[in-house]
Amino acid sequence: MKVLVAVKRVIDYNVKVRVKPDNTGVDLANVKMAMNPFCEIAVEEAVRLKEKGIANEIVVVSIGPKACQEQIRTALALGADRGIHIEADEDVQSLDAAKLLKAVVEKEEPKLVILGKQSIDTDNNQTGQMLAALTGMGQGTFASEVVVDGDKVNVTREVDGGLMTLSLNLPAVVTTDLRLNEPRYASLPNIMKAKKKPLDVTSPADLGVEIAARLTTLKVEAPAARSAGIKVADVAELVDKLKNEAKVI
Amino acid sequence: MSILVIAEHDNSSLKQATLSVVAAAKAIGGDIDVLVAGENCGAVAEAAAKAEGVAKVLVADNAAYGHFLGENLGELVAEVGKGYSHILTSAGTTGKDFMPRVAALLDVAQVSDIIRVESADTFVRPIYAGNAIATVKTSDSIKVITVRPTGFDPVAAEGGSASVEQLDVVKDAGLSSFVGEEKAKSDRPDLASAGIVISGGRGMQNGDNFKMLEQVADLLGAGMGASRAAVDAGFVPNDMQVGQTGKIVAPQLYIAVGISGAIQHLAGMSDSKVIVAINKDEEAPIFQVADYGLVADLFEAVPQLEEELKKVL
Repeated sequence: MKVLVAVKRVIDYNVKVRVKPDNTGVDLANVKMAMNPFCEIAVEEAVRLKEKGIANEIVVVSIGPKACQEQIRTALALGADRGIHIEADEDVQSLDAAKLLKAVVEKEEPKLVILGKQSIDTDNNQTGQMLAALTGMGQGTFASEVVVDGDKVNVTREVDGGLMTLSLNLPAVVTTDLRLNEPRYASLPNIMKAKKKPLDVTSPADLGVEIAARLTTLKVEAPAARSAGIKVADVAELVDKLKNEAKVI
Repeated sequence: MSILVIAEHDNSSLKQATLSVVAAAKAIGGDIDVLVAGENCGAVAEAAAKAEGVAKVLVADNAAYGHFLGENLGELVAEVGKGYSHILTSAGTTGKDFMPRVAALLDVAQVSDIIRVESADTFVRPIYAGNAIATVKTSDSIKVITVRPTGFDPVAAEGGSASVEQLDVVKDAGLSSFVGEEKAKSDRPDLASAGIVISGGRGMQNGDNFKMLEQVADLLGAGMGASRAAVDAGFVPNDMQVGQTGKIVAPQLYIAVGISGAIQHLAGMSDSKVIVAINKDEEAPIFQVADYGLVADLFEAVPQLEEELKKVL
């Protein structure tokens, strides 16, 4: 079966985020960018499905400026077969991203679409569910285990009280949580090979989607700083402070 | 304006998070209705009707909603919600699952995880794991919003007397079915709403050592949490994870034991009123946010803490 994986280019998760002095956003100039960690897990899961002989083709798609072809190449080096870049320089919000991905789903007809559960920049946690709704597919969100069984997929989900397992009809949408797998690193030969894998470039207009941002960010501020308190010498002092100073026990 | 709040519950009791969502709805202003969708969830509807500020409770009681499947809830809420100006629910795993489907079906954006209401169309939410706080305005006619419960003080659970109305809307998309679940059984307070939380990190070394923390938690009546490192290492189950992608907590007292304090963890607990850190590494970033820091070997400090607490409690 064919698996479609969506990946997003975001600020590297190790980078210390700085708010711009004019409060218009986060400073991304000369900052290391990388594939969103949850998207890496999505790529890895697709590659494992292929290694098990369940998937026979992995298509990776990314939306954004030309630079996000780097992340598509990374996915190709990890084992995806071909890439689709939807070139868009403007701000593409979750609903529009879902509409673009829907257009790709209609063209490619994958049996399974795997996405990260959220991107670590906007922290929205929306696109996978929106795509599932727009395409009329079932969804297994926050997945920690994915088992394809004939024309169904069983997805174990990380939920507030523990774990929950669902059975979904295929085609379906899965969004990844942290413990689904541990992504591999790309080997140098695979990085070289990835350069030759096909990568098609398309646009929202080609896909018949009009980008229309519904949300306007009025300002972005640094969070109220929490200042370091005091060091206590021992446990007795700690308990005394908690009881008599902070009065929280 | 009219606001529809989707209750978070487990078919038997209303989650406190819902009371925080009602508080967010009050901050927006307007008539507040609560939708309780579930199976045999009459007790939840009764509880919701008593919540302060609720005008009407709508009940969709059907097997299709018993396990809160996102496909079914999405269709139900999109249909019931289209007459409202705002649709709100808590940003727990259930709300995060079904709410974007509602937004997509209504062709509107969703504003996720708000912590403050500026006006009826402008909301404040954390981005980049809480390292930046964005003020966002939506131009959609129906505002679909998930609410971070720790951002709003819950309304009173008692005192209201809303009417209760049964809905006979049955939406079964037939796309998914419930197979099973493993729910962590614990007599301790729910992590998300506990007044005191004690969490362990990689420094705990293994799952057995969490028993030390459990004893302290039992003395304090505290909820138990963990860092991602402790969960990834298999020390404790996933539902204990506090952080950007786990639970967001803001208790009166947060005790971090053997947790270094990665930004992803701080994102989940830095709104706590008082933070205590116990770590043997005095350079650990957790000390930069802790009100009280104790540089010590946790294997000595935690048993001592238990003894000292026994003296004063």
